[in-house]
Amino acid sequence: MAVLGFIVNILSTPAILVGLLALLGLVLQGKPAEDVLKGTIKTIVGFLVLGAGSSFLQSDSLLAFGQVFNYAFNMQGVVPNNEAVVADALKNFGSDSAIVMACGMVLNIVLARFSRMPYIFLTGHHTLYMACMLTVILGGAGGLTGPALWLAAGSILGLIMVLSPAYCQVTYRKVTGGDAIALGHFGGIGYWFAGVIGKLFAKDPNRKSTEEINFSKRLIFLRDTTVSIGITMFFLFLIVTGVAVARGILNVDPTNEAYSHLGVLLNYNQETTTNWIVWCITAGLSFSGGVYIILSGVRLIIGEIVPAFKGIADKLVPGAKPALDCPVAFTYAPNAVIIGFLSSFVGGIVGLLILVGVNAAIPVALILPGVVPHFFCGATAGVFGNAEGGLKGCIAGAFAHGLLITFLPAICMPVFTNLGYTGTTFSDADFSWLGIVFGNLVHFAGGAVLVAICVVLYLLPIIYNFVAPKKEAKEA
Amino acid sequence: MAIHKILCCCGSGLGSSLIVHMNTEEVVKKLGHPEIEVDHSTISDIHEGAADLFVVGGDLADFVNNVPDDKKIVLKNILDKNELEEKLKAHLG
Repeated sequence: MAVLGFIVNILSTPAILVGLLALLGLVLQGKPAEDVLKGTIKTIVGFLVLGAGSSFLQSDSLLAFGQVFNYAFNMQGVVPNNEAVVADALKNFGSDSAIVMACGMVLNIVLARFSRMPYIFLTGHHTLYMACMLTVILGGAGGLTGPALWLAAGSILGLIMVLSPAYCQVTYRKVTGGDAIALGHFGGIGYWFAGVIGKLFAKDPNRKSTEEINFSKRLIFLRDTTVSIGITMFFLFLIVTGVAVARGILNVDPTNEAYSHLGVLLNYNQETTTNWIVWCITAGLSFSGGVYIILSGVRLIIGEIVPAFKGIADKLVPGAKPALDCPVAFTYAPNAVIIGFLSSFVGGIVGLLILVGVNAAIPVALILPGVVPHFFCGATAGVFGNAEGGLKGCIAGAFAHGLLITFLPAICMPVFTNLGYTGTTFSDADFSWLGIVFGNLVHFAGGAVLVAICVVLYLLPIIYNFVAPKKEAKEA
Repeated sequence: MAIHKILCCCGSGLGSSLIVHMNTEEVVKKLGHPEIEVDHSTISDIHEGAADLFVVGGDLADFVNNVPDDKKIVLKNILDKNELEEKLKAHLG
């Protein structure tokens, strides 16, 4: 029994479990022993680093932000950041998320082979984040556990790993000028939407591509996530704390539970005194520091798993198309990247103002515009809009995308709030729409029914492939 | 100067730089230099001494402005293995 207990203990220790998955991948690739050892250890360390980053981000920045925001505006302010929410959720759902990720990758290969969506999703960090989100929703809210959870969440993960590249491909083939590669980024529905909006300008007689105009590329420095998160969070802290200070936060009783994370700001139990503006600088940049640590951890984890996944998929699915991260799209239209970012960011601010208005009638979470989602997703949306409708398509498509990634997380927020994740949420569009669909589905279906729904959804594209007439047959 | 370490970089150091990392590893082996260490990270980590050669996509050329030409490769198409091979050859001699 001691042996069994030991095995169960290993499988329920997420860091070791993730390490074992990497080990399996490395062995399957036939790597030499030292590479296997190196890769396994790096993966385990990565998982531990991720947890450390999360603790730092939560305790030194995010929790304090929530408390100050609440004091200043008496509302719930949410900073959308995938890394922050995933790293926190992995503390409770680490082992299940790891197994779901592995199941999802296997099921991705099966779908790529037997459906008409031959995509292999190679953006490993998004696979990890999506595995985590589905596990939290189907396990945490849906009550599924063990193999039922792995099967249900793995099925949906495998499905979205081909579905998201498939709906992006409508426009993405116009971006890349071919069908050789696909887009693997879970902002997918937002890009598709930007393409649809961009298309409204397709017949414009004065149509001009973003690449035909001169546009300053100076904002490109925001591509450095450490810098862009630091700047955004500093300003958010400065504005919110400024309002809170004006409303007298510095004179509250620091022992009150509502201010438990504000010791430094309130100079309570500290050896030194800190000015509130100085506090904003360190608290804002700590958020960036936390994300930097988390990203280092994620990099170590997926750095071993993705090459193994690609190697296996290449052997099993001849003619598969790699679905790659969004910066691949940026090289095709560098001007659209900057214009798309700006337009999406403006959309995010307009969306926030609308939410403030809605909040007066129905209480909603206020989704604050983060530079990272607007830069990466907004830029991609801009590239999509430009491919369909030129400069006007780029501006309109990215703006619509900015609204979308503000409203979708706001609609999705109750799902996560119920699970105890309040200060932050997923930023990219596919996480939100799946979160909304499955977060609400679990109220109507549970247990075997829920698992069956997930599995049937997964099987649909395969059944369609075998039942529906093929296009080639029609032409013949 | 001999190249011992190549660092491929992108915005957050997770997705596209990992793809370039895999391609670079493959090409470096093909060119007969399996001993060279290849890794990937964020553009925040680009600084003299972090690696002997930095590889970035053309859209990030501004981030390697301070790096001397013999220590960087800027790819027009980050997925094009032929371009990568040609440029790596020039650096590896």
